[in-house]
Amino acid sequence: MAELLPEHPEFLWRNPEPAAGYDVVIVGGGGHGLATAYYLASVHGITNVAILEKGWLAGGNMARNTTIIRSNYLWDESAGIYEKALKLWEGWPEELEYDFLFSQRGVMNLAHTLQDVRDSERRVYANRLNGIDSQWLSPQEAQEVCPILNVADDIRYPVLGGTYQPRAGIAKHDHVAWALARKCDEMGVDIIQNCEVTGFVKDGDRVVGVETSRGRINAGKVGLAAAGSSSLLADMAGFRLPIQSHPLQALVSELFEPVHPTVVMSNHVHVYVSQAHKGELVMGAGVDTYNGYGQRGSFHVIEEQMAAAVELFPIFARAHVLRTWGGIVDTTLDASPIISTTPIDDLFVNCGWGTGGFKATPAAGMTFAHTIATGSPHPLNEAFTLERFETGHLIDEHGAAAVAH
Amino acid sequence: MLLIDCPHCGPRNEVEYAYGGQAHVARPEDPYALDDREWAEYLFYRDNPRGDYAERWHHTGGCRKWFNAIRDTATYEFRATYPAGSARPATGPGPTSHEGVQP
Ligand SMILES: Cc1cc2nc3c(=O)[nH]c(=O)nc-3n(C[C@H](O)[C@H](O)[C@H](O)COP(=O)(O)OP(=O)(O)OC[C@H]3O[C@@H](n4cnc5c(N)ncnc54)[C@H](O)[C@@H]3O)c2cc1C
Ligand SMILES: [Zn+2]
Repeated sequence: MAELLPEHPEFLWRNPEPAAGYDVVIVGGGGHGLATAYYLASVHGITNVAILEKGWLAGGNMARNTTIIRSNYLWDESAGIYEKALKLWEGWPEELEYDFLFSQRGVMNLAHTLQDVRDSERRVYANRLNGIDSQWLSPQEAQEVCPILNVADDIRYPVLGGTYQPRAGIAKHDHVAWALARKCDEMGVDIIQNCEVTGFVKDGDRVVGVETSRGRINAGKVGLAAAGSSSLLADMAGFRLPIQSHPLQALVSELFEPVHPTVVMSNHVHVYVSQAHKGELVMGAGVDTYNGYGQRGSFHVIEEQMAAAVELFPIFARAHVLRTWGGIVDTTLDASPIISTTPIDDLFVNCGWGTGGFKATPAAGMTFAHTIATGSPHPLNEAFTLERFETGHLIDEHGAAAVAH
Repeated sequence: MLLIDCPHCGPRNEVEYAYGGQAHVARPEDPYALDDREWAEYLFYRDNPRGDYAERWHHTGGCRKWFNAIRDTATYEFRATYPAGSARPATGPGPTSHEGVQP
């Protein structure tokens, strides 16, 4: 039997009218915006906060992602922030008093070439040095973890093994957002939906408010957490971000009995698969290469992703696709995020999480709240500021992070 | 699937092409005159508009030439394609950048 979902409580947050002003205004009501407000209120005691969301709460990438949570990144800086996030995930259901089915069913990253094998083993050792659970699996061991995996050696890209992080997994993303929204609301944060930020009010080089589709709102400080729309907002505020927005899509099948006990990702043939709590097979692939703001993706990407999935999991051949959708992800050149002050005083930015920011939600919120509250970075996001593009201290996670986009 | 009109070969399927990002990014004439900020701008900062965007494409599966295009990043409509080295053509007003594809 598939796992039962948590009950749906009726009302989790108020729908207040925007006030004339707030100490902090967060732009973007996705997981990151919510987590930031949560830590501003719970850790820094800043509760006069509004989250402004142009659509409905967490209807952006938060609602569109494949919910994979792992911390098996290569570089120390990434290991630091993603592993902190994973530790926070482990405590969040209790802390937020809400069961969002965080399921530590493990994540396997397959290797299909000799170079993949070497890179993967290197990452296993790097992870262990950083105290992150990580192991190398032979093809047979990989099949023990995921019995439906095809480890035959006569397929186009045979499985030569994989890395495995047992503490990694998935969570029910919508429920995570609702859990955060309820806690934020309880602490006095105003969650304002259908409120698009259309401009910034500045006093010289300082931001003092935002223009919105529901009027002007004054702000002591403003934090951007707008994922794929971050550079549009930066343009309005008068500075540039090293961000390119790309469509990224995912799809789900009809419901099945549990067949897929873990999460399997392949960088080389580029598909990632898990089975949702209800029973759908959830699959993601690569980004469309071109810049785009359309929340849909190219058909050939789905075709390639399905071909890879059927080769790795032959029993999927008869599964029907139920739905496909896309989100707009904000990619940086080094495939690492930005949590930073900006050239505009009192304006802060959290962006550049690209295709992998869901897993980081707790730590992104924690470090961004710290940056906004204190005006300087938390030790965990010190390396992730805008300065790295000038100093050259990039954190190049392309490929290194076990997924290549 | 996008249908992309290579200025040399004519309209072909998107899968024949590779994407090259923003067009008309000039290499600095005097690299030694640039400070770190300007280098960063040249290397890592690109425009990212919602609306018309001048960008480079490579016809990898055809003539293997680079060319430029003006494409609306909201609707994905190509307004023009033109050979590398020629100036950005005027493409008319078209849909505004805040309309087009919505969820
Ligand atoms: C198909 C897909 C699969 C993914 N899979 C994974 C995965 O398996 N694991 C993982 O870790 N990550 C994954 N990601 C990435 C992850 O979803 C994002 O990195 C993360 O959600 C970004 O942070 P967020 O939740 O705050 O963004 P969002 O939820 O997108 O929040 C940004 C919000 O800002 C709002 N906004 C934008 N402009 C304005 C404005 N002007 N005014 C007001 N509001 C505005 C948007 O409406 C949106 O709700 C995936 C993404 C996609 C699209
Ligand atoms: Zn051609």
